[in-house]
Amino acid sequence: MSTESLPVRTDTPARTSERRTPARGGRRLLRQGAGRQHHAGPLTYVLLAVMAVLSIFPLYWTMVAASTDNTRVSQTPPPFLPGPNLFDNLARAWDEAAMGKAMINSTIVAGVIALSTVFFATLAGFAFAKLRFKGRNILLMLVIGTMMVPPQLGVVPLFMMMSELGWSQRLPAVIFPTLVSAVGVFFMRQYLAEALPDELVEAGRVDGAHSLRIFWSIVLPVARPAMAVLFMITFVHAWNDFFWPFVVLDMTNPTVPVALTQLSAGYIRDQSLIMAGALLGTLPLLVMFIVFGRQIVSGIMAGAVKG
Amino acid sequence: MATSTTSARLGEGRGGPPAKRGGDGTGRRRGALLHRLDVKGAPYAFVAPFFVVFAAFSFYPLVYTSWISLHRVELATLDVMEWVAFDNYVELWNDSRFWNALGNTITIGVISTVPQLLMALGLAHLLNYRMRGSLFFRVASLVPYATSVGAAALVFTMLFERDFGMINWALGAVGLDPVDWEADKWPAQIAISTIVIWRWTGYNALLYLAAMQAIPADRYEAAAIDGASRWKQFTHVTVPGIRSTIVFTIVLSTIGATQLFGEPLIFGQGPNGVAGGADNQYQTLGLLLYEEGWKNYQMGRSATVAWAMFLLLVLVFVVQRLIRRLRVTRTS
Repeated sequence: MSTESLPVRTDTPARTSERRTPARGGRRLLRQGAGRQHHAGPLTYVLLAVMAVLSIFPLYWTMVAASTDNTRVSQTPPPFLPGPNLFDNLARAWDEAAMGKAMINSTIVAGVIALSTVFFATLAGFAFAKLRFKGRNILLMLVIGTMMVPPQLGVVPLFMMMSELGWSQRLPAVIFPTLVSAVGVFFMRQYLAEALPDELVEAGRVDGAHSLRIFWSIVLPVARPAMAVLFMITFVHAWNDFFWPFVVLDMTNPTVPVALTQLSAGYIRDQSLIMAGALLGTLPLLVMFIVFGRQIVSGIMAGAVKG
Repeated sequence: MATSTTSARLGEGRGGPPAKRGGDGTGRRRGALLHRLDVKGAPYAFVAPFFVVFAAFSFYPLVYTSWISLHRVELATLDVMEWVAFDNYVELWNDSRFWNALGNTITIGVISTVPQLLMALGLAHLLNYRMRGSLFFRVASLVPYATSVGAAALVFTMLFERDFGMINWALGAVGLDPVDWEADKWPAQIAISTIVIWRWTGYNALLYLAAMQAIPADRYEAAAIDGASRWKQFTHVTVPGIRSTIVFTIVLSTIGATQLFGEPLIFGQGPNGVAGGADNQYQTLGLLLYEEGWKNYQMGRSATVAWAMFLLLVLVFVVQRLIRRLRVTRTS
């Protein structure tokens, strides 16, 4: 139940068919020819550098605070350079916040949600993009409409459902409500409408392949780049999701964001410990960002509303 | 995305020649029937998982919320529902905590959304220049997006600490008095908004950047020929050119702001922070919803708060629509 959704193109289906690749390529040529993108001046670099520092500094400082001891953190001026206690503090945070368990839980939750979201979104996205059926447009409008529904509004009945099912404090309670995502469906629809030629689907039909076989052998290979992006973005959202896991899980079986609240709950706040926990919880995603940064950035941009 | 490689890759997927059909007539007829069934039925089967899961875990709870809000339900005995008609709504209306939370949700929403989107617009404009290291700057501005509410709020809570926090230290360094960020209403709301702004500015900037890159060059040329300055080009070509993206981010941010929960909760020292400060000075509707349901054990009243959030959202969009219509009629 992530409140933060993916970006999507909200243009109407009719318009996308006009904007096929050739038109786009032409536009790009035109743009380059005109030299519209001005070169950045020194001021641009300075401003962007400031923004980059502001973006990264809190994370850097998390690491600094996590590597010192408590008395050093609460001195003025505050420390700016890493201290010697990083691994001690990480180990303590690992124990006190049940981080091991939380990491495993978060990996399971985010992994299952991302896999299922990607699979079902590709399946439905393919149907909406390339198959003809009655009520297609209405159903697609319904999908888009559901993006506007904030999950918090249904949280009370959902909690009651989960306790009736006996899923309270258990991972299925977090996983099941988020198995699909409207934004994911729309994202895949937009991608496949452009990337998958109609002729390929028709060729498959002529060869006598049934729909599932076409999906498996023709659509999946084409969709792979978009699926990878959708997987990463969904994984980030599921890993970071807070409200619903906080409501339905408890400290004996938390996800990472839920476990982190445990660290700050005490009366005596051990700041280095808290920061070590925050660092631990963020590290897996940071590694993912460093490795796949380009893909995630281009994925978010590819899904954005154009024009 | 790599559209060009896909058609090349397709060849491998499709596999050898089509399977041989049965030679006799009945086999072919059965095959044709199956084929028709497949073509007609498969699309529904493909979209069904989405609608089934959505109906069960999103739509049904949403509708059921209104039914629960007409009952008295306690957390310990969830199966006992006592009909109370509109009592919950009347009590909520007369509850000063509700109006306080509503006000806080609106003020925090405004001071986090407006600067965030303006800064995203500026950042996107900068990123749109041709430059070295553009990928680095894009990834860097997206790094906060990878941070969870939990981690971000914990770090900022420390930076905003009264006695040894870095922000008060920096204020002192330039000769300003320290601010009690947690205890005072506006400083606390500003601090919470800072967390939201930090996490989402880069993400919105990338959405704007993508839209900016789709603006046709000739519009800029025409503006330049008319003698428009860089600033005029920005306000008269770029901003109108990405209007639908701006509207989209406003909608998303509004929905997010209405539900604000993790940031104020953790800023108020973890799970005990549902009160939103000693004077509820930063308690949002999200926190009130949780407090009523899971601290005061009144699920019916909690559902009523959820309904109030829904109405707030509807109201915001109706007002936005009205403003837009007024503006259109005035200009035409």
